[in-house]
Amino acid sequence: MTLKEKSRLMDAQMIKRTLMRISHEILERNKGTDEIVVVGIRSRGAYLASRIVKMIKEIDGNEIPLGILDITLYRDDLTMIDTCPVVHSTKIDFDINDKIVVLVDDVLFTGRTIRCALDELIDLGRPRNIQLAVLVDRGHRELPIRADYVGKNVPTTLDESVEVRLKEVDDKEEVILLSKKKD
Amino acid sequence: MKVWTKKDLVGLEVLNKDEIEMILETATSFKEISTRQVKKVPTLRGKTIVLFFFEPSTRTRSSFDLAAKRLSADTLSISTSTSAIKKGETVKDTMKNIEAMQVDAIIIRHSASGIAQTLSNCMGSSIINAGDGCHEHPTQGLLDMFTIKEKKGKIKGLNISIIGDITHSRVARSNIWGLKKLGAHVTVCGPRTLIPRDIEKMGVNVTTSLPQALKNADVVNILRIQMERQKAGLFPSLREYAMRYGVSKEKLEKYAKDDVLIMHPGPMNRGIEITPDVADGSFSVILDQVTNGIAVRMAVLYLVCQSHTEDAEQEL
Amino acid sequence: MKLIIKNARVIDSKSKIDDVLDILIEGKKIAKIDKNIKDNDADVFDARNLVASAGFVDLHVHLREPGFEYKETILSGSRAATAGGFTTVCCMPNTNPVIDNQGVVEFIISASKKAGLINVLPIGAITKGSQGVELSEMSDLKDVGVVAVSDDGKPLSNAAIMRRALEYAGMLKLPVIAHSEDTDLSAGGVMHEGYMSTKLGLKGITRVAETSMVSRDIELARYTGSHLHIAHVSCRESVHLIRDAKKNGVNVSAECTPHHFSLTVESLVTYDPNTKVNPPLRDIDDVKAICEGLKDGTIDCIATDHAPHAESEKDVEFDAAPFGMIGLETALALGISNLVEKGILTLTQLMDKMSYNPSKIININKGYIAVGADADITVFDPKQKWEVTEGDFYSKSKNSPFLGNTLKGRVILTICGGKKVFSI
Repeated sequence: MTLKEKSRLMDAQMIKRTLMRISHEILERNKGTDEIVVVGIRSRGAYLASRIVKMIKEIDGNEIPLGILDITLYRDDLTMIDTCPVVHSTKIDFDINDKIVVLVDDVLFTGRTIRCALDELIDLGRPRNIQLAVLVDRGHRELPIRADYVGKNVPTTLDESVEVRLKEVDDKEEVILLSKKKD
Repeated sequence: MKVWTKKDLVGLEVLNKDEIEMILETATSFKEISTRQVKKVPTLRGKTIVLFFFEPSTRTRSSFDLAAKRLSADTLSISTSTSAIKKGETVKDTMKNIEAMQVDAIIIRHSASGIAQTLSNCMGSSIINAGDGCHEHPTQGLLDMFTIKEKKGKIKGLNISIIGDITHSRVARSNIWGLKKLGAHVTVCGPRTLIPRDIEKMGVNVTTSLPQALKNADVVNILRIQMERQKAGLFPSLREYAMRYGVSKEKLEKYAKDDVLIMHPGPMNRGIEITPDVADGSFSVILDQVTNGIAVRMAVLYLVCQSHTEDAEQEL
Repeated sequence: MKLIIKNARVIDSKSKIDDVLDILIEGKKIAKIDKNIKDNDADVFDARNLVASAGFVDLHVHLREPGFEYKETILSGSRAATAGGFTTVCCMPNTNPVIDNQGVVEFIISASKKAGLINVLPIGAITKGSQGVELSEMSDLKDVGVVAVSDDGKPLSNAAIMRRALEYAGMLKLPVIAHSEDTDLSAGGVMHEGYMSTKLGLKGITRVAETSMVSRDIELARYTGSHLHIAHVSCRESVHLIRDAKKNGVNVSAECTPHHFSLTVESLVTYDPNTKVNPPLRDIDDVKAICEGLKDGTIDCIATDHAPHAESEKDVEFDAAPFGMIGLETALALGISNLVEKGILTLTQLMDKMSYNPSKIININKGYIAVGADADITVFDPKQKWEVTEGDFYSKSKNSPFLGNTLKGRVILTICGGKKVFSI
């Protein structure tokens, strides 16, 4: 099975505008930065979270805490996958009790990653509430999970895939729709 | 991407540099979990891990037990006094019976060298060696290396001296294999009667002089001296051993580097191989070793228990 | 009953034969050796491309009966011997009861007659009960058929008793077979001491445990003039000691086992209890020295030290397993694969080491092919390759480290006392 690029859903400019919009929405909905912390899911969610923290500082002037969540140990498919994924650490060096946690990920798909993240967050403390921000929502949920902030809704089929490429890791800045082609 | 493929952890001799580094890296990530309020992740939920200890052990068994529990595995602890061994069953039979109860991993400690390797060849479950005779104690070697790396920032190029009864020490052997693979210079030191034949061929320096071993050492790993070795005629008296090979603050100040790291796998004979002012002193990282032991064993359990499943990695 | 072995390459150094010939066997004796023997009454065995040698003689076998019949019996051990081409074996006295009185000797001889396959010649204990205290009644033992005395399995630590044993046995013309091991030095050891024992974390047996005793016993043999036979030489220093002793006229002979010229201590890397043997497998330099010793005659003969143990005893932790491996069925193939093929011995020399030389050591009139000699003959294919499997073992026990190995040289037919006792 190979993946073929079908179309470009977002370019660098659009990603930037979208994240800015989400940052505004976060501030608007929570009426400021009090009690807000942002937690990105490794790896691309973490980069997006870091950008959101920077944008909020630009808008509001306040630097809000940024954490990184590695959900590997909470995956529900560990027993089904071939080799164990490399474990990275979770880095949340602040208290999340009674905080508003904005969880950030790149693509929302089945919802299972978010389920892992929620479990892990709850093991780490008792936030007042947890909100979810994603750059792309491609549908096909397998769990009752919904995002509070969505960059772009993209209707997809199951043999398509959405790839977010960020300059921090990919040397590119774009969101691409790929389709699986059987050889 | 680096991939863990081994079903068992028999020793460090059979691991390569990448595999050892992978365990140490994974352990770094696991260390944080033990500092959480909820010290538990669901990773090995539904897995059964048996701790089979044919030799008395408090430290290693507790450490493995906690490591398994912090990964949500179910553990069953069996020690010699409660096992069928005394009824004339062979180790292999006992193990086959345990395995028939559908367990995922067996952590074994036994006085016979080689037992972990023998079992790994005939069992489907993962076998983790928690010390086999005088052969290896890989997780102790790994946690020592983890602690050295944590404190010194590296292992490559360091001078590491291991002091004591090298002949009967599985800790020494695992340390030697692991440290050599990661590029350290290892010196073993003890009375000639407690240094095994041809150990130089493992790539270590040998000295019978403690000052020699302390000089230039970045790390000094002090082994426990077993009282029965004296009775077996391997050295004249504990008194003389303590004088010649006991590590004291005075000797450290006289011969060792200012930033030397003092390690001991425990349990210590205070006043014999190590004086209390060293054990509790500023050089000592002995309790860090114990803390790190859990992270290292979590990493080992995680890697080994996940190693033999099918299918390719999937996106969530 | 007549049998003609046709067109075999007959090898015998005593009779100086190495030619394609026929052998006519009549009754228990060899009646004729010639080209194109014709006899219409005789059965014919076509041995084209095969070698015929005197039946092999093994000075060192543990038949385990009486006392340890679950490991081996005189019958099962005899079957194993025939499959390996042996027509005479000497059984070691570490049975229960020990071979230290006429009763046990007579039992063994009668049991071997009942088995009716090969010649079983008992070796008596040096001391009563092999306790190392009082000499056994060697004269009595000799009268009922004991061919040598030995402390095998229970090494004699007391040099004074060894001296008296050599003097007394020497008087009776019985060789003393020494298992050379200082049990204080070897105490607790399970393998050769060196890098491998250090690596594996197993207690080593220093080579000095053997060489010090070889040295002691050679001095005693020199002093007493009696015939000393050193069993299973495993160290290069022992080879040197024996070579020098022979040069100086000491009445000493020596044997080595197939495993000591075939394997090194490296075989222990998997902790396979079948590689646990006493004396232990040693270094490559020791193997080379043993091969040189075989080549220059320092080591007179090859003996298997066939030591069967039940699977339940061997399939345990290395430390807990008993010493010993079986060897009768693989001896010839190991000799061909590791000595003849590697140019260390000629086939003729190998045959000498396995038949004529051991016969001379125990003063029996066997081990050669000649008209009028006993019809103990082994016919084998020196080129046939075979994989060693449990099914090839007639021994009750299967404790061989060679299982799974492919070896060259296979016994096709064994004749003992004119009777076919084994054929493929």
